[in-house]
Amino acid sequence: MAELHLQVNGKRLTVDVDPATPLLFVLTDDLALKGPRFGCGLGQCGCCSVLADGTEIRSCITPTSQVVGKSLTTLEGLPAYYAARAKVSPVPELHPLQEAMIAEQSAQCGYCYNGQIIKGAELLFKTPQPTEAQIRTAMNGHICRCFTYPRIVAAIHRAARDMAAPKRAAATDHTEEVTRV
Amino acid sequence: MSDDTLARREFLKTTGAVVVGLSVVDKVGAQSPAGGAPPAERGLASGPPDAAQVDSYVAIHPDNTVTIYSGYVELGQGGPTSLRQVAAEELDLELGQVKDVRADTFVSTNGFTAASRTAGIGSVELRAALAEARRVLLGLASERLKAPPQDLSVTKGVVSVRADAKRSVSYADLLGGRRFNRQYEPVLYQGGIELPRKGLDNAIPKRREDYRIVGTRVPRPDIAEKIKGTYEYVQHVRVPGMLHGRVIWPRGQGAHAISNPTVVSIDEASVKGIPGVQIVRRGNLVGVVAPREWDAIRAARQLKVTWAPFADSLPGHEGLFDSFRSAKTSDATDTNTGDVTAALSRGAHTLSATYRGPYQSHGPMAPNCAVADVSKDGALVMCSDQGIYQTRNGVARLLGMPVEKIRVQYYAGSNTYGSSCYRDAAEAAAVMSQEVGKPVRLQFSREDEHGWDNYGPAHLADLRASVDANGKLLAYDYQAWGHTGGGMNTSTQLALATSPPVTTPQGGFSALYSVHLSQTDMYDVPNRQIVNHRVVGGGYLRTGPLRAPMDPSVFFAQEGMMDELAHAAGLDPYEFRKRNISHRRWLGVLKAATDAAKWTPRVAASNLSSARVVRGRGIGLGTHHLPQNQGDRVTFAAAVVDIEVNKDNGIVVAKHVYGAMDCGLAINPGIVESQIVGMSVHGASLALKEEVEFNRTNVTSLDWNSYRTIRCGEHPSVTPIVIQQLHEKSSGAGEEVLPAVVAAIGNAFFDATGVRIRQYPLTPRRVLAALKSATGQPGRSA
Ligand code: FES
Ligand code: FES
Repeated sequence: MAELHLQVNGKRLTVDVDPATPLLFVLTDDLALKGPRFGCGLGQCGCCSVLADGTEIRSCITPTSQVVGKSLTTLEGLPAYYAARAKVSPVPELHPLQEAMIAEQSAQCGYCYNGQIIKGAELLFKTPQPTEAQIRTAMNGHICRCFTYPRIVAAIHRAARDMAAPKRAAATDHTEEVTRV
Repeated sequence: MSDDTLARREFLKTTGAVVVGLSVVDKVGAQSPAGGAPPAERGLASGPPDAAQVDSYVAIHPDNTVTIYSGYVELGQGGPTSLRQVAAEELDLELGQVKDVRADTFVSTNGFTAASRTAGIGSVELRAALAEARRVLLGLASERLKAPPQDLSVTKGVVSVRADAKRSVSYADLLGGRRFNRQYEPVLYQGGIELPRKGLDNAIPKRREDYRIVGTRVPRPDIAEKIKGTYEYVQHVRVPGMLHGRVIWPRGQGAHAISNPTVVSIDEASVKGIPGVQIVRRGNLVGVVAPREWDAIRAARQLKVTWAPFADSLPGHEGLFDSFRSAKTSDATDTNTGDVTAALSRGAHTLSATYRGPYQSHGPMAPNCAVADVSKDGALVMCSDQGIYQTRNGVARLLGMPVEKIRVQYYAGSNTYGSSCYRDAAEAAAVMSQEVGKPVRLQFSREDEHGWDNYGPAHLADLRASVDANGKLLAYDYQAWGHTGGGMNTSTQLALATSPPVTTPQGGFSALYSVHLSQTDMYDVPNRQIVNHRVVGGGYLRTGPLRAPMDPSVFFAQEGMMDELAHAAGLDPYEFRKRNISHRRWLGVLKAATDAAKWTPRVAASNLSSARVVRGRGIGLGTHHLPQNQGDRVTFAAAVVDIEVNKDNGIVVAKHVYGAMDCGLAINPGIVESQIVGMSVHGASLALKEEVEFNRTNVTSLDWNSYRTIRCGEHPSVTPIVIQQLHEKSSGAGEEVLPAVVAAIGNAFFDATGVRIRQYPLTPRRVLAALKSATGQPGRSA
């Protein structure tokens, strides 16, 4: 066991763990975060993704000692991280990609969505107007076993549009509106 | 005393719940038909509650909201949202006024969320209970407002007199916080078939023409929570004093009922030095627990368990189909009409072919997880089972407790689409908690889940069929081979150190895995025979229902043969189907899918190209034949799929799926569209990627590299089409497009290449071998 100093979602904190403990278990068990989650423990699926200095990593295979000194962002901290990087104020409740995914009703079980959102947000930071091919390449390492890929891609396109025209993002409505078919 | 209070007394005597308070309930209940005290026993006594009581399904609250108590759970497919829509509709509430609760064996009615039952059965049960609830409420309002019920109308749970809207009263004022105390005749099902109700005086549900919420695209509230990250999955559940648990199972199951895992020895010293680790063992169920999760994982990896070697008797995934054919079988004729043999010999075109479908995995995104807290007085189990009351039975048996002592609560996991290892997780957590006397959170590893799944079974089909000179079907003969290995959960088998039951010549092969084409009037075939050859004994893999059980393989074969016949008769595949189908709903989905795809008639493979990358398009029909669960509820699905085949590397990519579904009354067409999108991509994954691999001793595909699944880079675009049928029964929408897509991809491959592949998945290796052996000649097969 060792005391490790971490920076998670803008907060500095100290955990007392075996330094080889994969970061995922520190986040889920010590910090009780719900975003990053276990899917394979093998680095193959993307359920456990977080951002380390803005780059997506697989927390299930990353020893906690390796992220000391890095700024970690989980799903919980993504809106604030986005606001800081995009110079948006005040901090929105959700990242525009999350708004877009709700608008597209893209998730089914939603278990993979931590990773889809983290990876999609990383893509949008680097490539604000990604092409379909760029989206598919970036997202290829994040499995969805409910097979919602078409709507993930649609949501990333929608978020890219909304981020270029921020007013439209604010207009997204979450209320249970009823439309007749 | 009325019958219902008597029944309640009996129930309370046996469960020992808080009887003092309830005797008051009974008195009040006896005095007035509605308006008794709140149902105090909800959550205190073991269910399921009496289905003939309105109170079992619904409660009215003082803030004029209602709660429905349905046992149907959120599997990620949106079923509970549809049920809230039904409730809001029947009671004339806004959707926001209807809440539901966590499914719980101390609270919920007995719903089983499988086989498309939520919409098909759950909505019918609920509608009947709520029609009665509405009648009670209007009766009370009529007394209060001094106006006959037919002069009243309801908006947002406020009843008012039509001619004088100022005279009004809310549901809350009438019955908020109190009970209905109303018995009614519930809708009952036997073998999935709705039984006729006897009563002449049953409340009549709302006319479908008057629907305002059912039939609309209401967003699912769980989706927003999931995307925000606030949704609570079973993987998130933590309870005080809890230990983290892992099981230690052999890596990859062996031959079912032959290679039963048997512990020879455990080297306890192998985990010395890991803080707080305890080894847990009951029979052959071995696990470790530790206060910290990482310590439990390390211990599970490090613990040296010596197992009796598995038998060298599996056929391997390549030798599987030959071994079916040579195995001892028990044969049953499902259908035999006309004279197939004579009609086969009369055909202008008579074809025979063998089709093969692999074992495939549920492969949930999250390996299953459960939290159990067992004491000597009872047990609380939090898990992701599709049927909470079914879990209760298995857990009670292992813990040696009566079922009423076991409380099971549903917490969603990830996708399951059938019987992944959720019940094994619940049972293992319960046994381990009982052993260590503390709550245990049991999380399976990826290898546990992939290696010990109840796979969708492999399928071998010999087909013979003939058409006359006009392309009209004369004869159809389907001989099916399969093996099922189920009958007992892995955790039960291990904990009891026993061997699971197997199929015998007398039975044990679920009808779920038989082929039944007689259930629908899909094709008009005068002479038809279907024979199921059920491989008896053990020796293969564990199996269980996987989304549209068996149908991907059955429709890959059936629709492949129809395409072969169309080609032989020189007909366009859509034209061929129109000539041989008369049922309007099958024709309806075919038309919808082909219209969306802008289908241009031509004979398949009549436009072959010598390019290295070629395109093709195919049609498939699909449904979910499951008589004992589906009853008369049939969903009709059709798909057109465009694919691209790279002849150099053998990679097939599905580019676009046009999926049409007629599921009767679509309670929420938006949710149905989501299901079509998911099924279309899932179908491409099954057709092109997924196959359980095993050698002679055990399963070897234990992760996402060895068990391949479609990824974002190769997913097809999807055009979902929902055919709304306001006056038909809701028949389920989560399974039926899947087989249609698998079949259409097989047919599209022939259209693209002129070569027929009769075994899926169409992996690069299989594609290259087929193209090579056929040397590109149209009509040749592999
Ligand atoms: S859980 Fe980390 S990649 Fe799967
Ligand atoms: S939404 Fe279920 S795994 Fe992606």
